[in-house]
Amino acid sequence: MLVQGIKSRPEYKGLDIDPHAKRHLFVLEGEGAAALADQVDAKGSDFLARSEILYLAAGAAPKAYDAVLLALSPDIFWQAPTLQPLLFRLRACLEQARMGTRLYIAGTEGFIGQIMQVALEFGIDFNSIHTEHRGSTARRVQCVHCKGITDNVRTSPFACSHCGLPLLVRDHYSRRLGAFQGVNIDAEEPGTAPAPEEMFP
Amino acid sequence: MTITFRSETFRDDFTFRNSLYNIRRFPFPFDRDEYMYSVNMEPHIRGKTDSVFENLIDVDEHYVAEMHDRALVLKEDPLRCQALPHMMAAQWDTLELLMEHQAQDYPEHFTLTKDGDRWRWINRPMGIDDTFTFGDPSTLPYPPMEYITRQAQGDFCIVDQRDNNLWMDAGMVTTQADWSLDFDIGMNFMEWHGPVPLAHQIGVFDRALKFLLNLQQGKPTRRLNWTMTVNPRLDTSPENYHKWGPDRATVTPENVGEKMHLRVELQSLWRLPRSNAILFVIRCYLISLDELVTVPKWGRRLPRVLKSLPPEIADYKGLTRNRPIMIDWLAKYDDGAPTSAGIYPD
Repeated sequence: MLVQGIKSRPEYKGLDIDPHAKRHLFVLEGEGAAALADQVDAKGSDFLARSEILYLAAGAAPKAYDAVLLALSPDIFWQAPTLQPLLFRLRACLEQARMGTRLYIAGTEGFIGQIMQVALEFGIDFNSIHTEHRGSTARRVQCVHCKGITDNVRTSPFACSHCGLPLLVRDHYSRRLGAFQGVNIDAEEPGTAPAPEEMFP
Repeated sequence: MTITFRSETFRDDFTFRNSLYNIRRFPFPFDRDEYMYSVNMEPHIRGKTDSVFENLIDVDEHYVAEMHDRALVLKEDPLRCQALPHMMAAQWDTLELLMEHQAQDYPEHFTLTKDGDRWRWINRPMGIDDTFTFGDPSTLPYPPMEYITRQAQGDFCIVDQRDNNLWMDAGMVTTQADWSLDFDIGMNFMEWHGPVPLAHQIGVFDRALKFLLNLQQGKPTRRLNWTMTVNPRLDTSPENYHKWGPDRATVTPENVGEKMHLRVELQSLWRLPRSNAILFVIRCYLISLDELVTVPKWGRRLPRVLKSLPPEIADYKGLTRNRPIMIDWLAKYDDGAPTSAGIYPD
């Protein structure tokens, strides 16, 4: 469960299939596959004939969700080996998307944030995107000092993977950057950073 | 009145000082002996002569030095000035507002002449004389917001209004109290205020947003906000926190009067005519404790305020470490006498 009450963080309200959409584009990562499977259980499978699924197994590969998604028989199922080709394919999908397409994103928060960034570039209103958090609560964090982004941060503080400063992970999220803010924790007395504590398992 | 501009620095050797005249006009933010968040907004109208409210866009003795410091910040980090693409009309609104106010209230220093869309802007303190076409960015050396805010004291945010909310969609932010434009740009009102403690729970932001959504053109509004800064450093950005943070550990009972500065923001909000956006001016004033206690009322009141501050607010404002040193040092200026209401010196 994600920490509640962070005003700048988007609310991930659930995939919740839109029955009126002409086309459904699902962008899923890892455990996010189960969010779609749950929708099929609850709402039936009619919408799948109008659906395209882009899937990145990431850390959930051993769970073979790809087989589960394939078995749903959507119109298109495509699996990416890593995030970069997924983003490339997503751009191609959004270039060609027609009026009435609904975008759904499920997976870890860092994944949702990065897919959302691409969607925002294409002018999609973020309020119209259906999102569901599944899997790890690890955070994607931007170092406010060097601006480098570190993915899958599980502890606070953590060492910036770019400039090395020990960073406190603030409860402040930028949709534009798809990241939380990391601020040097021992700036006032360098060398006094506390030991990292697992905060985002 | 002709202002004598000081030559001074806000970094390295920190030669910034206030003249006696400037101390008396300092916008002391506490109108009583305690402090809590509130929607402390009032009409931004002209106030007393020789106060910072005398003119609605205040220019003071630090103007030239502050503009030099801003230019240094922008050389280090151009992301301190950003505007989303849909904000161009609001940029021109901002340029117009600042030029008109500065020229009208400080004619010795600034002159604006208009021949249709052909405008000539003279800024004598900075040695600028430019002629440009209003509405055509290619006729200025910088985009319009950057151009004029390199010549106006204070930080500037331009806030777009849509979907019953306000959106931080442009800004020039180099004298900030520890927040990042680069991180917050594109956020709505609740989002960019997300990290502020206590105020959300007591409904301050809901009321403030409702008020601002109805802000009318020609009726600007203002409030004072405050924090404290070690050394007269304008650029206390999160980006550079690892550079200025160590200053906080240098305060001692011997140097606190010289090093610790009350940092007051005179925030004014203006509805812009073409874009319907809101210009949010965050003008920063600094005063050392040594300078501040020369006004007896302020010397009495400040220790009382610091003592009564809720710990969450002290923490958010970065005061936790040095609050006891300040309170001890200020104690000798508080003889226990009652203080008069309001912010002005007696």
